[in-house]
Amino acid sequence: MHNHPRSPVSASLALDIQDISKTFKQKKQHLQVLDAISLQVHTGEFVSIVGPSGSGKSTLFHIIGGLTAPDHGSIRLHDQDITGQKGHISYVPQQPALFPWRTIEDNVILALEVAGVPLKEARQEAAQWLERAGLADFRQAYPQTLSGGMQQRVAFLRGLISRQELMLLDEPFSALDAFTRSDMQRWLLDIWEENRRSVLFITHNIEEALLLSDTIYLFSSRPARPIHQLHVPFSRPRSEDIIEDPEFRKLKKQLSHLMREEQQKGMDFGRLEGNL
Amino acid sequence: MKIWFRNVWPPLVAVLFFLTLWQVAVQLLHLDTWFLPGPLDIGHEALTNQENLITQSLATLQLTLVGLLIGIAVGLSIALILHFSPLLKSALYPLMILSQNIPTIALAPLLLVWFGYGLLPKYIVITLVCFFPVAVSAMDGLTRTDPMMRNYMQMIGASRGQIFRKLEFPHALPAIMSGVKIAATYSVMGAIIAEWIGADKGIGYYMMMQRSSFRTDRIFVAIMIIVLMSLTLFTIVVLIEKWLVRYQPQAQADQK
Repeated sequence: MHNHPRSPVSASLALDIQDISKTFKQKKQHLQVLDAISLQVHTGEFVSIVGPSGSGKSTLFHIIGGLTAPDHGSIRLHDQDITGQKGHISYVPQQPALFPWRTIEDNVILALEVAGVPLKEARQEAAQWLERAGLADFRQAYPQTLSGGMQQRVAFLRGLISRQELMLLDEPFSALDAFTRSDMQRWLLDIWEENRRSVLFITHNIEEALLLSDTIYLFSSRPARPIHQLHVPFSRPRSEDIIEDPEFRKLKKQLSHLMREEQQKGMDFGRLEGNL
Repeated sequence: MKIWFRNVWPPLVAVLFFLTLWQVAVQLLHLDTWFLPGPLDIGHEALTNQENLITQSLATLQLTLVGLLIGIAVGLSIALILHFSPLLKSALYPLMILSQNIPTIALAPLLLVWFGYGLLPKYIVITLVCFFPVAVSAMDGLTRTDPMMRNYMQMIGASRGQIFRKLEFPHALPAIMSGVKIAATYSVMGAIIAEWIGADKGIGYYMMMQRSSFRTDRIFVAIMIIVLMSLTLFTIVVLIEKWLVRYQPQAQADQK
């Protein structure tokens, strides 16, 4: 609906990552973080990346966001090459990172402000979203008066309201306690199924990935590359009850097993490095 | 109101206690007024000389306020320039610290030689005293931007200018205001020193006059006015800070 020219041919592809590699060079040490990563997010698809910690997933986000240049490969967004360009994505960080001097409403409009949307229009839109998300009472409150879960909701709205169609979610629930986390998962599921934005989601949590995603990429430990791709077979709209489904448990077990193997490899590799 | 009273009465009682002690000591020891006047003598002198004192105080206040504003502006400008240019920062930062090691009292007569008896050398003295705390605290605040907030701004494609306006500056505001608070208390001292060197009005000038005629009571009156002026300025800055930093940054600090 906004400034994204979408060619009808590949309109179904929101994000196309082709063959991205990245090695960090520090003094004489070379640290390969990403190894020929290719993955796709279709328009309106929820894609998760699951992998051991320290596998360079955040580096991948920095490359998509244009903060870091890849050594090799390209990033295409709605059939437009955006490799190394900033300002094409919407982002929900690990910590809410709300600005404490801004009210909740002013925090929500931050991404619109940066994109140059007139303030009045941005405020109106924010008010509607806050209303829909059940946060209308907190419009004029300051972030530090809200609980961690509420702050993360605001951070999510800030991403959702943004004009950039593709959303990058970088472990947005990792700092929350288990109860708040499952609460937030349900909330995210509801609000996402209503809006169907294209999402690339990073998480450590296999159950979370299975519950929310259409497609899951399992990443190897450093250097990261996709070692397994899974299309989650559950229909939408999903209820939280699917975690009791035998099929769900089977997939969870399978992914957990693969991930444990990868983590083990990573640790062996770490030990080897330590010996050298 | 009750809480306010609970906070105020202990220091108030302490001050009254020391004033009484002072008065009693002066009377028991039969000290001469030129040596050490009692609080009552000082109060009496302040009241009889009211009109002249108000004129002198207003002159000093005006000098202080203008000097303070110039000092804050210079301090902030230096902080901004050095913040955006790491090369200039590494070149000029040591010089800035050096400038604080020059005793103002030694520099002031030179400024008089170079710039005459007008207002300019006086403003320069106050600025020299005030710019430093503002510049240092502003630079400090600007470099301490929350890395996660910065990462967010970069990820959504904010420009360098947007990151400064929407993140770095508001984030540094509490730090800047701490610098301004220090500058405000220094500014009155700066103004007094400037008036000692060469002026025909103001509390500093008044002090010099009374010293040469051994009017110790009047010097005490002048000191009292200087203290009151510093306190008032400080309070005004605190009120401005409370208004500017309406959210509670300390709550944010508690989480860490």
